[in-house]
Amino acid sequence: MKLDLKKKKLREINNTLQNLDNKKNDRDFVIINPEGSHALCAGLNQEMKVLIKGHVGYYCAGMNQKAHVTIDGNVGTGVAENMMSGTVHVKGNASQSAGATAHGGLLVIDGDASSRCGISMKGIDIVVKGSVGHMSAFMAQSGTMLVCGDAGEALGDSLYETDIFVKGSVKSLGADCIEKKMEKKHLNKILALLKKSEIKNIKPDSFKRYGSARKLYNFNIDNVSSY
Amino acid sequence: MCGIVGIYLKNKKFEKSLGKMLSGMLNNMESRGPDSAGFAIYKDESKKLYKFSLCINDLNFNSFKKEISKKLKKARLAQISDHVILKTLEQPKKVIEIINSNFPKVSIVGYGRSIEIFKQVGNPKDVVKKFKLDSFSGTHGIGHTRMATESAITTDGSHPYSTGEDECLVHNGSLSNHNNLRRKLTKKGSVFNSENDTEVAAGYVSNSLSNNISLKDTLTSGLKDLDGFYTFITGTRKGFAVVRDEIACKPAVIAETKNYVAIASEFQAMAHLPDVNNAKIFEPEPGIVYSWGN
Repeated sequence: MKLDLKKKKLREINNTLQNLDNKKNDRDFVIINPEGSHALCAGLNQEMKVLIKGHVGYYCAGMNQKAHVTIDGNVGTGVAENMMSGTVHVKGNASQSAGATAHGGLLVIDGDASSRCGISMKGIDIVVKGSVGHMSAFMAQSGTMLVCGDAGEALGDSLYETDIFVKGSVKSLGADCIEKKMEKKHLNKILALLKKSEIKNIKPDSFKRYGSARKLYNFNIDNVSSY
Repeated sequence: MCGIVGIYLKNKKFEKSLGKMLSGMLNNMESRGPDSAGFAIYKDESKKLYKFSLCINDLNFNSFKKEISKKLKKARLAQISDHVILKTLEQPKKVIEIINSNFPKVSIVGYGRSIEIFKQVGNPKDVVKKFKLDSFSGTHGIGHTRMATESAITTDGSHPYSTGEDECLVHNGSLSNHNNLRRKLTKKGSVFNSENDTEVAAGYVSNSLSNNISLKDTLTSGLKDLDGFYTFITGTRKGFAVVRDEIACKPAVIAETKNYVAIASEFQAMAHLPDVNNAKIFEPEPGIVYSWGN
């Protein structure tokens, strides 16, 4: 079904997608003329496919559950923020805080993601084919971040337990984030993510693994300057 | 909040529609700043004439015209709502002195050989309509929609701020060291007309440029001297520049085509621009100065 944001209001379109009839089989939607609208496809909670043709604004596909949303364009701040499950695929670039606080699902960004990508992520898998900006995976708690390009300053600052894999250069690591040894199970994890996000020609062992040094878990007076 | 927008034309063909492009951008940024709006347009650069953008407030235009014509010979005046564009061959110093000492109700919004500035309180859509921005032509322009935070909703508190010839600045964010900086700059001879933080940033840029420091170097040293969070667009006679502070909490997106460069707080502001979906769209990186035409 085609949904045109020039003909229908944003709330109407979100309402339609959020309240699909369980018995309906038409679960394939195309949204045209998004023109940078905010909160498009936020709060979807059923199996469906949505293709958005054009650039969208903030919080696109936020809180997503089960739905598969593809954006054929760029996204603004907070794409897939607080996603629980499902997939969000951005074909262009993403602005800051992509996948923020998300608990599950897969976010794939074909272009670059800017600052604070995966801030406070809690279980989501984020794959960025380009590079990520500064303070990415800030206070990340769980899940995996795979970056095929470079990472900006303070990667993984105040990190808890997220695995970060970066193929390119890392400008600097944040407090308590260190490079860690790559083991077989990590290579398998990378391989699975590359496959899921349809990336070919990149070898799992070309990535480096970063994680938490676990020194900031408990208060220690020696680390006071890092808190 | 606050919305900032700017457009710089690479192709003369679009000059007639500059106002239309910019007004659409301001209208779309209403949600980020409903309190006041303003814009600076660079047009019809003259080698001899100076243009003064004046807000005459509730003063009667005809009586102002009559009075000022006695003090300034061969002055040409055009009225758009409560703003007046005054054109004269006289030097700025003299004109500013005449206006300040004879017309306390008139505020000088800006001056230069090319710049024209209009700003007023109210909803951006109304402000744009009131000043007939749609009908403007020009080479480049910047604009602002304000959600007032640290100072009152007044004309003086509206952006753009112009503190030097053909210079102006719009700001999304807030500065925390503006009082100290204002005192320092006042000692060096800068004059400020409001309590607003952005005016200090504009004064900082003008002061640096007047010491023959390039715009790029000025904004780069501003990253150290201006404490706070911001995305700035600074306009000059030839173009504009954009810079975000190093934390980069305040958004900005740039769309570049072969015909124009547009910058805005959100993509929404430029969704109506011609061929924008095929533009190169990117976010300016934190702490890096981007400029066009300068």
